[in-house]
Amino acid sequence: MASPDTLKDHFRETRLFVSRAIIALIITVALVLVLLGRLVDLQIFKHASYKLLSDQNRIHIRSVPPTRGLIYDRNGTLLAQNLPGFSLDIVPEQVKDMDKTISELRKLIPISDDDIKDFKDRLKISQRHKPITLRSRLSDEEVARIAVNRYRFDGVDTVARLYRHYPLGKLGAHVLGYVGRINARELQHIDAANYEGTEYIGKTGIEKYYEDMLHGETGVEQVETNAQGRPIRVLDTTPPIPGLNLYLNVDINLQRVAEKAFGDNNGALVAIDPTDGSVQAMVSMPTFDPNLFVTGIDSKTYKALQDSPDQPLFNRALRGRYPPGSTIKPFIGLAGLEDGVIKPGTTTFCPGWYTLEGDDHKYRDWKKEGHGVVDLTKAIVESCDVYFYDLALTLGIDRLSQFLEPFGFNDLTGIDTSGELTGLIPSREWKRKARHKPWYPGETLITGIGQGFFLTTPLQLASATATLSSYGRQFRPRLVAATEDPATKEKVGLPAVPNVAVPVNNQANWQYIIRAMTKVVSSPHGTARRIGYGATYKIAGKTGTAQVFGIKQDEKYVAKDVAKRLRDHALFISFAPVDNPRIAVAVVVENGGHGSAAAPIARKVMDYYLHTVLGMKTDKGAS
Amino acid sequence: MSLLDIRKDRRSSVRVDGLGERRSGLLQRLHIDAPLVLGLLILSAISLFVLYSASGQNMAVIERQVIRLCVGFTILLVLAQINPATLARWTPVIFIVGVVLLVAVLVFGEIGKGAQRWLDLGIARFQPSEVMKLGVPMMVAWYLNEKSLPPRLRSLLVAGLIILIPTLLIVKQPDLGTAILVGSAGVFVLLFAGIQWRIVALFFALGAAFAPVLWYFMHDYQRQRVLTFLNPEKDPLGAGYHIIQSKIAIGSGGLYGKGWLNGTQSQLNFLPERSTDFIFAAYSEEFGLIGIILLLTVYMFVITRGLLIAAQAQDTYSRLLAGSLVMTFFIYIFVNIGMVTGLLPVVGLPLPLVSYGGTSMVTLMAGFGILMSIHTHRKLLPR
Repeated sequence: MASPDTLKDHFRETRLFVSRAIIALIITVALVLVLLGRLVDLQIFKHASYKLLSDQNRIHIRSVPPTRGLIYDRNGTLLAQNLPGFSLDIVPEQVKDMDKTISELRKLIPISDDDIKDFKDRLKISQRHKPITLRSRLSDEEVARIAVNRYRFDGVDTVARLYRHYPLGKLGAHVLGYVGRINARELQHIDAANYEGTEYIGKTGIEKYYEDMLHGETGVEQVETNAQGRPIRVLDTTPPIPGLNLYLNVDINLQRVAEKAFGDNNGALVAIDPTDGSVQAMVSMPTFDPNLFVTGIDSKTYKALQDSPDQPLFNRALRGRYPPGSTIKPFIGLAGLEDGVIKPGTTTFCPGWYTLEGDDHKYRDWKKEGHGVVDLTKAIVESCDVYFYDLALTLGIDRLSQFLEPFGFNDLTGIDTSGELTGLIPSREWKRKARHKPWYPGETLITGIGQGFFLTTPLQLASATATLSSYGRQFRPRLVAATEDPATKEKVGLPAVPNVAVPVNNQANWQYIIRAMTKVVSSPHGTARRIGYGATYKIAGKTGTAQVFGIKQDEKYVAKDVAKRLRDHALFISFAPVDNPRIAVAVVVENGGHGSAAAPIARKVMDYYLHTVLGMKTDKGAS
Repeated sequence: MSLLDIRKDRRSSVRVDGLGERRSGLLQRLHIDAPLVLGLLILSAISLFVLYSASGQNMAVIERQVIRLCVGFTILLVLAQINPATLARWTPVIFIVGVVLLVAVLVFGEIGKGAQRWLDLGIARFQPSEVMKLGVPMMVAWYLNEKSLPPRLRSLLVAGLIILIPTLLIVKQPDLGTAILVGSAGVFVLLFAGIQWRIVALFFALGAAFAPVLWYFMHDYQRQRVLTFLNPEKDPLGAGYHIIQSKIAIGSGGLYGKGWLNGTQSQLNFLPERSTDFIFAAYSEEFGLIGIILLLTVYMFVITRGLLIAAQAQDTYSRLLAGSLVMTFFIYIFVNIGMVTGLLPVVGLPLPLVSYGGTSMVTLMAGFGILMSIHTHRKLLPR
């Protein structure tokens, strides 16, 4: 075995092996140097750009929505607040199969078809890396269920949020309005940067009008997120500035009294303090629960509200356009006096009807047998139509509409809430423009008793009544009294905003009208005499009826024969105390039949306001 | 103090040295090579440190890795006791059983992650391809042991067959990473056996010529990997994601790294497979180029020591096997770091002894056990 030959081989082989081992070592070192070269390239020469990439990976800018301002009534009762809750959010770009994810999530928690439809609508318009809410207000159990299964769902997370909540529900809903999800149209109007992260925006009412103040300013957070996009820690923060709190002029207890006074009736009421235009109560009945809208109302409930014949979502106080009916008579009377067309003593004979020359059409008085000889006071107290037919004709439509214009019937009052509509004073010019027809004298007559084309909103009526009560002095109606910085608790009152005053020719004329209106309540013949009983202060008022249903000539309107929905609307305007007016009220009771149906509501509101809100004891001038 | 006393002292100091000799004697009796074991222990320690960070401070992961390391070192210790001569005697048996098991895997094997690699033995699942990482170089070395070197063409052809059969069986599973390792382990034996460079060059040329043909035999996912390697930015969220995030992790680490537990790429889950195949990226991010140089130094120390052991081996079988085992260890390092840094396509090879994972560690430790056995079973010439 151990032949010299193999021994020689062995030696040679060892040498060969050692040389190969050295070559192996050299190659190894060379390859390690290649690796090192690559690493030096990555870690030294390209370090800066990879550092940037790494930071871009982990650092995300997240906006922090501000806390929305709270809304209080004049006494500090909370009307709109923010409650914590959880929503289920999805970041679209992190989800591979959206339909599958949603159907899997549905197995865990209830998600309605409406939620999904809503989600998909927003999916189309929002950016892929921004979370979209699939469901709001998860219960604790639902949050737990998602948390346990979260590992299965990339891009899905529960997010703590603040939800708007209206603790009093239906009460004052039309005053406050509500917030809802920002829609595509609103998205175009808002400051996108400031609304990063904000999901809700004021949709109606004060919530909409004061959106800028209530919203506040969005803060910014630099957060470190992991590969799944979950925030790990906050690196830097610019805190959001919370929205301002609002204090209303409205006393929510007065509002409650007013809403309750309507009973089952539909209608509207606006109560204004004539001394500064502050709105003390604003009612539109029926009302609705604004909480339904905050996180998106389901289509069934929404349809029910929309289709309800009672139209609960319709803000009658701001947008209901009613013929003022006889409530306009004091203003027409004042027009006659101020223009000098009539004097306080001027009388007219009322046979129960009125005709124009060369026309056999009978313009009826509400009292078939007539009022007999009527002066302006009696015409207002008993609401004689014939007197005002005659006066309107004498004045003519041009002077009539010109006189009414400064009271604001043709304009927006400029109240600090959204959605107000203007009324309409008919005029020759208006009819030519809108209807392309000439003005007929008969139309002047019915304008004189607040019928025909004449339309006013309850807010306009209340505002005009306030103006009348304070001899032409006018203020813009205001719902919000003050703002409050939530951090410093510093309150800033919003000043009264005077509107251009109605020019006064002779104060005695105004006094005359006011005295006549006082008799509407205090005189035994007054159309609102029933509400005068037991009042500890002096009330001035005027009833009115607005026709819903046109009756033919020679037919008599009998309320009980007409279906409730076709019955006349009852109106009432009033203010009190007469000598130092603190409250002016306009009431419309839809299908109330006669103006006397609206008057008691005004009385209840005035009683509560003067006695409880203002703390007025007794009034010497009580009748 | 007299001269004699000094001599006495020297004698006593010899005795003290003797104590040291006795200690190395203990290591010798356990058949352990101290420098090699030191290198492996340092690597294990590094592994535990990086894993603690990359796993998100998960102690359970650390415990499992410690258990694996213990198992690994036990296997090392056991194999170190086996005389290389005994190992050589059993080599053909091990090889043939290995080939039979590879065939069995293809026929009965369990499918895991799209490939048939596992054989269920009832007690444990087992990858026969791992055995072949040792079996193939052992068999080639055994075959060439009796031949005169450099090998003749006939021997080369037989050796080529020994390498090719198991390699192709593993490719078929498919497990490209292991196939490369098994194949190259065999080829390394041939290289150490002194195969002529002309022949090596010829094979390289043939390989290059047949590369396009290889493309047709590749699985879709393998083709995808090659395409991704060539252009990772093409699909940054899909196949290219791993390599892009890995490069970001390494590059953002810079010279000094972001610090232990502070690697944002790995801590925030941007880096995939950060405990296993991409652990080098996690390490680079937190310890920077300085840390990498330290790690590579330890690796080079282990490799140099291994090659020295191979050079000192006394018979052909031992030295060919030792050389091949060391170079296989290097292949792991090179391919893993190459793939993590985007120099090579992604093939599923761990960073040896540092990556979290069991099977490859057992094989590697077994290899080091054999190395130690080769070194400690030398017949020392009597003084």
